[in-house]
Amino acid sequence: MQGQEAVKNDDRERAPIFCARGISKVYMTGEVEVRALDGVDLDLMAGEMVVLLGPSGSGKSTLLNIVGGLDRASSGTVRFRDEMISDYPEWKLTRYRRAHVGFVFQFYNLIPSLTARENVALVGAISKNPMPPEEALEMVGLKQRMDHFPAQMSGGEQQRVAIARAIAKRPEVLFCDEPTGALDSKTGILVLEVLCRINEALGATVAIITHNADIRRIAHRVITFRDGRIEGTEINQERLSPADIQW
Amino acid sequence: MVAILDRKLLRDVRRLWAQLLAVALVLACGVAVLIMAVGVYRSLIETRDTFYDRYGFADVFASVTRAPDRLADEIRTIDGVLRADFRVVKPAILDITGMEAPAAATVISTPDSGEPLLNRAYIRAGRLPDPNRVGEVAVSENFAKAHGFEPGDHFEALMDGKKRRLTITAIVLSPEYVYAIGPGDMVPDNARYGILYMPESVLDGIFDMDGAFNNVTLKLGRNANEDAVIERLDRLLSPYGGVGAYGRDRQISNAFVDSELTQLKAMAGVLPPIFLGVAAFLVNMVLSRMIALEREQIGLLKALGFSSPAIAVHYIKLTLVIVIIGTAIGFALGSWWGVAMTRLYVRFYTFPFLVFDWSPDVYLLAGGVAAAAALIGAARVIYSAASLPAAVAMRPPEPVRYRQLSLGFRLPRLLSELTVMALRNISRFPLRATMTVIGIAMPVALLTVGWSTSNSMDAMIRAIFFDTQRQDATVSFTDALAPEALVSLARLPGVMRAEGFRAEPVILRNGYREKHLSISSASDLDDLSRVVDADAVQLSIPPEGLMVSERVAETLGLSTGDLAQVELVTRNHRLVSVPVTSVVQSFLGLAVYMDGRALDHMIGDGDRVSGANIAVDETRLATFYGAVKDTPRIAGVALNRLSLENFRKTMRENIDIMSTIYIALAAVITFGVVYNSARILLSERGRELASLRVLGFSRAEVSQVLLVEIAALIVLAQPIGWYLGYVFAKLVISGFSSDLFTIPFVVDLDSYARASLVVVIAGLLSALVVRRRIDRFDLVEVLKTRE
Repeated sequence: MQGQEAVKNDDRERAPIFCARGISKVYMTGEVEVRALDGVDLDLMAGEMVVLLGPSGSGKSTLLNIVGGLDRASSGTVRFRDEMISDYPEWKLTRYRRAHVGFVFQFYNLIPSLTARENVALVGAISKNPMPPEEALEMVGLKQRMDHFPAQMSGGEQQRVAIARAIAKRPEVLFCDEPTGALDSKTGILVLEVLCRINEALGATVAIITHNADIRRIAHRVITFRDGRIEGTEINQERLSPADIQW
Repeated sequence: MVAILDRKLLRDVRRLWAQLLAVALVLACGVAVLIMAVGVYRSLIETRDTFYDRYGFADVFASVTRAPDRLADEIRTIDGVLRADFRVVKPAILDITGMEAPAAATVISTPDSGEPLLNRAYIRAGRLPDPNRVGEVAVSENFAKAHGFEPGDHFEALMDGKKRRLTITAIVLSPEYVYAIGPGDMVPDNARYGILYMPESVLDGIFDMDGAFNNVTLKLGRNANEDAVIERLDRLLSPYGGVGAYGRDRQISNAFVDSELTQLKAMAGVLPPIFLGVAAFLVNMVLSRMIALEREQIGLLKALGFSSPAIAVHYIKLTLVIVIIGTAIGFALGSWWGVAMTRLYVRFYTFPFLVFDWSPDVYLLAGGVAAAAALIGAARVIYSAASLPAAVAMRPPEPVRYRQLSLGFRLPRLLSELTVMALRNISRFPLRATMTVIGIAMPVALLTVGWSTSNSMDAMIRAIFFDTQRQDATVSFTDALAPEALVSLARLPGVMRAEGFRAEPVILRNGYREKHLSISSASDLDDLSRVVDADAVQLSIPPEGLMVSERVAETLGLSTGDLAQVELVTRNHRLVSVPVTSVVQSFLGLAVYMDGRALDHMIGDGDRVSGANIAVDETRLATFYGAVKDTPRIAGVALNRLSLENFRKTMRENIDIMSTIYIALAAVITFGVVYNSARILLSERGRELASLRVLGFSRAEVSQVLLVEIAALIVLAQPIGWYLGYVFAKLVISGFSSDLFTIPFVVDLDSYARASLVVVIAGLLSALVVRRRIDRFDLVEVLKTRE
């Protein structure tokens, strides 16, 4: 860790890996029309660490779900590299998620009937060049707890297993939706450290959704959401290490 | 407050309709089978009792060669006898226009003065024959129906060697011939066997029975001792060739009706409990899951002030909704089956009237039993829900603890994580998995029983018609004749082989145990009627001693080497001790064989034949049949070839109907169990499965978790189903066995396979219906919420 010293932002020109243009999402909840996203443009660059910040209901999760291939936009296009994934049918979206995207969620979404190792090994079955589960778990510092079931682990440990599972397929992009939302700050920091390490070690694009403004300091770039639109984008000239932030 | 809960109830029912219906259908089958079996049982027993009572069905029956009328008074005065009837009962051969084969008949005398005291005929149409007119006859209804006869129609009958033209005056039914089975037949053949009633004076003339009778029937007083009456009667009749009196239990028609009643009773006792048991388990499973999902709601309701009983009543009402739907369907189905089954019975059992018993108490019973079963299934779950303290209910339940099945070392990865997920879930809920497996095993067992019955019937047909009784026809003579009679038989057109036999009525005894039966002659030269061992290999006939069938050996406790007592009932009840030389296989009645010469020697009246087994050239059957109709001295003829055809046809029809019903019942149980299991699995694991979808697993891969678990349970259920099926089938088959015939117990591999195939297909289809729900997962929604 870098101690108290801030990390200098690496401002090399990065190539965009995602291009989302004019994304709108309209839900019908009964009689009421809810506009979750309203014409959003977003680029995500290869290897960058982005924090998507905003109050709940501001549209950040909806956007990541659309970019991650879990949901569809009402209008607009999403391009992943040269592929227009917004035109994909369901089966191609599944294949896309399988090959390129890792997810980490607030509630971990581990399989309770599988051990940590098995949860990680799960994705090995569907990816071309998976990391051995042991290696992935070692990266998140859980090699000792490999044969435990989720119910036998703390929240932070479970989240780290979820991260190990997400990275085991060596994804190009890791979408983390409130990864620290259910954790206390000490455990949360541990999880963020793991995410930073992965961003650096694997060169994966990491997008972290949070409503916790303190977390912004660890990102290369911070995108702020409000009412279904992007309110602003800022580039951190100096990143903090997770150990140096507090909430 | 209650109204609000009722509104929730209605919405729950609408939401869960498919699952509730699946449970209700299983319940409905139980209710339907109960209504059908009990309803038909009652219809049959009430109709029988009324018919027997109103038309004076006798209690004791006896045949004799020829007894003088003066014996009648002595018989009437036997202690315990209320009424006695003395008749002439003779076999006849019928020649009916339009039917190639001869028909057999039993001709019974009726008093010239009118109706007999006992076994009176119910007149469906016409009037009883007039003793003053020549050749008038009343005929049994099913026989008339088979030929489209009406009063005024004619046919010809060979009686005592002479052919006579008879005119039908009445169509009648008799309590004595509710189930009328002809000589050599396995099931009634209405076209080839009929009961004829003719005035006493006419029959006396035809059969030279003036001043004599050959058949006695007795009605006993309420407190009469039947055994004592039979003993006394036997003593009186024995000088005149009495072959042993018997009670209603050995009266053939009554014995068949009784065995049918026993089967219905068994059906009512076995099938409904299976369905109701499975339904109770399903109610338990569905309600458990529902309450698990509604845990927090229950806590909230309680916090709001709803009492525990109010909560309990709410779930009891839901259970009763299942009961009401199931019972309603069951009532409709049961009534329909009952009516259909009653119609089927009318084809074999002739009663003046037979209608399905609609009495409300049967329905009340069925509904009550269904409600009880469902509530028993629900009781524990509802109790635990109602007694849950509000604060505990509002907390999420404890997480499920999984265990790794450790062998002390790590196995190489044989199973994918998805398969491990499925299998670990089974081991996590062993009780539920066990119950599910038993639930699926039941339809396998049910189908195995159904098809094994068919296998056993086939085996019986093979054993009787192909291994032991291979003749095309069996002819019986009016008296025992010298063997020269065979020569004229052999000359009949189409006859390729005629093997004479002798059958002697005896009482066979071993200590205090005894049986009335016939000893048949056998010879090493016989090729048509053969004595075989358990492997159907023809046995050589020892020059001395008895070869007894397994049934006889069993009932009398005889085994090879034992000395049996033979009482020659028509030879002044002379007693002879004869050793048992072997126990042989036979499925036809109480068979006992003896070398022909040894039998002649034991009887002591020289070389005699009482009938012959005949092989007929297939292409000349018509001319052979024609000749039989005109041959004197032939008293009766059994056409084994036609009996076999008729038996097969009837069996096939019955088995087709039964298979259809069994397959439907099995499919309903399978669907009920598998569909509900799959729905519950999906409900419990929806979040996990959706998570897998998010990770990039395809629908097919995610379905695998669900399908592997269901498939594993279905596979586990098969051997259990086979075993249960084997045990049940053995019970059913042994229940069929009587002194009339024994059915070999056989289950072909094919039957197990077919039973499994039906259940596996029904199970996978049910699971696939649920699989479609995986396609409709809302991935985003799943991830937003904590379990």
